[in-house]
Amino acid sequence: MTDQSSQTCTLKALGLQCDRGDRELFNDLSLSVSSGQWLQICGANGSGKTTLLRMLCGLIKPDAGEIHWQDKPAHQNPVLFRQSVEYIGHLAAVKPELSPLENLRFAAILNSDTPKHKLEDALDHVELYGFEHEPAYTLSAGQQRRIALARLLISPAKAWILDEPFNALDRSGVNVLESLIEQHLQNGGLAILASHMPINLPLEPAGQIQLTN
Amino acid sequence: MLSSNPYLATIQRDLLLGLRNPGRLLNPLLFYGLVALLFPLALGPEHRLLAQAAPGIIWVAALLATLMTLDSLFRGDFNDGSLELLALSPHPFVLLVAAKLFAQWLLTGLPLILLTPVLGMFFSLTGQSIGILLLTLLLGTPTISLIGAIGAALTLNIRGAGGGALLALLVLPLYIPVLIFAAGTIKAAGAGLPVDGQLFFMAALLVLAITLAPAAVAAALKINMH
Repeated sequence: MTDQSSQTCTLKALGLQCDRGDRELFNDLSLSVSSGQWLQICGANGSGKTTLLRMLCGLIKPDAGEIHWQDKPAHQNPVLFRQSVEYIGHLAAVKPELSPLENLRFAAILNSDTPKHKLEDALDHVELYGFEHEPAYTLSAGQQRRIALARLLISPAKAWILDEPFNALDRSGVNVLESLIEQHLQNGGLAILASHMPINLPLEPAGQIQLTN
Repeated sequence: MLSSNPYLATIQRDLLLGLRNPGRLLNPLLFYGLVALLFPLALGPEHRLLAQAAPGIIWVAALLATLMTLDSLFRGDFNDGSLELLALSPHPFVLLVAAKLFAQWLLTGLPLILLTPVLGMFFSLTGQSIGILLLTLLLGTPTISLIGAIGAALTLNIRGAGGGALLALLVLPLYIPVLIFAAGTIKAAGAGLPVDGQLFFMAALLVLAITLAPAAVAAALKINMH
């Protein structure tokens, strides 16, 4: 969100295929999301939602097909691609021994350095004010999840890839996240969400991908 | 507060995690001390015999203590998703992994070396022998940490006790060259022979490990994240 350039961004997947052993999870799967759009990925447990998201952010190599960022293959410029994509998986990447502020600061440094007051503002925004110096293991699952969400606030990435982002969040947490996504889309970002639950955003999804077993 | 350099920050973070988990640091260190101290009790108080066996005993104890630390090297980061965070950062994964490995040596290898002079006194080693022993440990422990990290990264997906046993079977044979050169150095020093050649070999093994291990570890970790 720090990068307010008006350039349109596009994340495309072309003919993705994923085999797990003998089983084919999906085949010839294509999608395209541009600035201001979001996409929902639905499917039963085990249908390959997480695998697809991990493939889109570059953690897994597709068995066939390509990921394109700005109409160029993502692997041609991996640094640009990683700067442009923020992935939050169902593991929150929160270290229990570190405080929310330390967790957030480390995640920020891995992308681009962010001044301390911005980190504090981000934690404030996800309603962790007053907990920023407590070790994360003293916080609840939902609060730990909020530390991961605070990463979205300080990330310069244009594409958000979120795996079951509403898990473990209470009602107010869900509201915070929904408004975060809404604002991100208004700022020219794009989002791909995997969720088995309906998502309440004022903007209709640009598409829905239904994965079947 | 963490440095703004991603590699320094990774080292600081791992050191911080280590210091906040003192048990994880102290257990291998106590193990090292206790295993080494069992030998004087078992062999009896004969100075000459003890002084002769000491370097070998201390080195084997150091190998086993290092082996103990390997399983937790990537396990935590793998289980909580931090490894994915590192892999998806714009900075080269290999260098971030190298930073983690350096932090690991600071947390596990360095304390072993610092404890060694105390053990040396129990074995009635002379000051000169302790010096040579420390030199071999200084060149050898980073090498065995790095080799062990490859094994730890490869066995990351094997849960439970099977992983630990496999790790030991995988890694211990690879420790043999380091052990042979370390023992050879100490023996030569005891006989009053020059030790430069042996030390250079140990240094060469270290350089080889520093050059190749981070890349191998990074590749193994990526396979396990699939």
